[in-house]
Amino acid sequence: MIETPQNTLLEVNNLTMRFGGLTALDDLSLAVPAGKVTSIIGPNGAGKTTFFNCLTGFYKPTVGDVVMHHPQHGKLILNQLATHRVARHAGVVRTFQNIRLFPSMTVLENLMVAQYNALQRASRFSLAGLLGLSGYRRANEEALAKATTWLERLGLIDRANVAAGNLSYGTQRRIEIARALCVDPLLLCLDEPAAGLNPRESAELNELLLYLSREHDKGILLIEHDMSVVMRVSDQICVLNFGHKIAQGTPHEIQHDPNVIKAYLGEEETEEVSA
Amino acid sequence: MGQFIQQLINGLTLGAVYGLIALGYTMVYGIIGMINFAHGDIYMVSAIISVTALTLMSALGISAVPLVLALVLIIAIAFTSVYGWAVERTAYRPLRNASRLAPLISAIGMSIFLQNMVQVTQGARVKPVPTLMPGGIELFTHAGFSVHLAYTQIMICVVTVVLMVAFTGLITRTSFGRQQRACEQDRTMASLLGIDVDKTISYTFMLGAALAAVAGVMVTVYYGVVDFSIGFVAGIKAFTAAVLGGVGSLPGAMLGGVLIGLIESYWSAYLSPEYKDVATFVILILVLMFRPSGLLGRPEVEKV
Repeated sequence: MIETPQNTLLEVNNLTMRFGGLTALDDLSLAVPAGKVTSIIGPNGAGKTTFFNCLTGFYKPTVGDVVMHHPQHGKLILNQLATHRVARHAGVVRTFQNIRLFPSMTVLENLMVAQYNALQRASRFSLAGLLGLSGYRRANEEALAKATTWLERLGLIDRANVAAGNLSYGTQRRIEIARALCVDPLLLCLDEPAAGLNPRESAELNELLLYLSREHDKGILLIEHDMSVVMRVSDQICVLNFGHKIAQGTPHEIQHDPNVIKAYLGEEETEEVSA
Repeated sequence: MGQFIQQLINGLTLGAVYGLIALGYTMVYGIIGMINFAHGDIYMVSAIISVTALTLMSALGISAVPLVLALVLIIAIAFTSVYGWAVERTAYRPLRNASRLAPLISAIGMSIFLQNMVQVTQGARVKPVPTLMPGGIELFTHAGFSVHLAYTQIMICVVTVVLMVAFTGLITRTSFGRQQRACEQDRTMASLLGIDVDKTISYTFMLGAALAAVAGVMVTVYYGVVDFSIGFVAGIKAFTAAVLGGVGSLPGAMLGGVLIGLIESYWSAYLSPEYKDVATFVILILVLMFRPSGLLGRPEVEKV
């Protein structure tokens, strides 16, 4: 158990995930605050994505639990919630390393799908939607307004009616983040959002992450290999290696941690030299 | 010429019915990737329910045709949707994560179960229904052949067109339609965005059953005879229609239905009525061999 400061959003307690003989996550404890960016780094196979899968209900952890401190709904144990309730009720949304948009829907539709809650309540088994009743129309307009706001903020507004699958990689990444934001998450879990982005796009991503955490008080949990993003935006970094947490601290502390240098950064430096 | 036009009318009517059933196949395939072989029997259940409802109406002395028709449709849709829901809940949902073959076998089992249940509870005899909408319009007479458009045929075509428009609106414009399409494209992602996938699948089954229910009512009123085994052949023909149009494509299902209906009625008129089923199934085989993705379907791309 770790002590939980006042603004802790997500609390991970002794999380262990075993697949047969393989221990992918070993006794991980972590507190993720609201309004801050928490990065999870580590070499391939360190258990980062497994951790995300435990958060969003894909995997049921072997030991331990993940608790969300929801301002309205109180304490929610994420690993006991159905996947759709993790997003809808607990306010935790994730993106994927390999982008998972709905490719044959337009960008706008992708963002509207994410606003299930309000619309579904207003549509009354779709009858209100078909008949165009005022309650549904209002909910629909609000959903459109929210989608439009995020599209504008992310510079996607001129792509709103294009099928998402036809857009470039970097654009699709931004749509995926915009779509996640339409769920109104308290905690946004991003799995390698900078992968495949060019330097300009990844600078924009840095700015966006800081904006979301500072201005919108979102908790952000970030898995990332791109150190220029991680070191620039993180408030705290947790380093995993073979499922163990080997270090945790500010970017400055992590850069000077001998364990981390040995396990992770050291390897990358030699790679860079040889390249 | 007269014969040709007459068969066009007959074929379109028949095709509308196949199309309505085919939509159920295609929607269910789209969302969970399985062929619901019990769907034809859902349609049969609806036909039986409408026979019961019609008998009830005449016993109660309700005789205004539009009222009777509306009531029968509502009753059939209500009960049949519950059947659709129950079939999914009991036979398919427990197998959601099993191998692809398991729900298919379960579907065939469900089909046999429904047929036998109706046979046992309703008897095996053919059930006749009094003609609800007799008569029609004599369009013209050409070379001694009079072309006839029955009121039931007009009703079937009008109801089908109205349903298609409403249904297209539902899928393309409402939030349910968006969820439904989202679940079709990526179920996992949809649930991560807060969509209740199980519920969406249930609604899809209910919607497919409701469309089959309308087809069941139409056929009962059109032919006036129903028994427990009509679901099998109608189901396989509608399945052929869905495959011909491209499984997973909604306009494809309707187009396939109309084409199958036309082929069947022209084949019966000009070649041989005994072999009309053979014609349909030859088409099924040819489509599967030469164009497995159907007329309007997209070839399935293996996800990596």
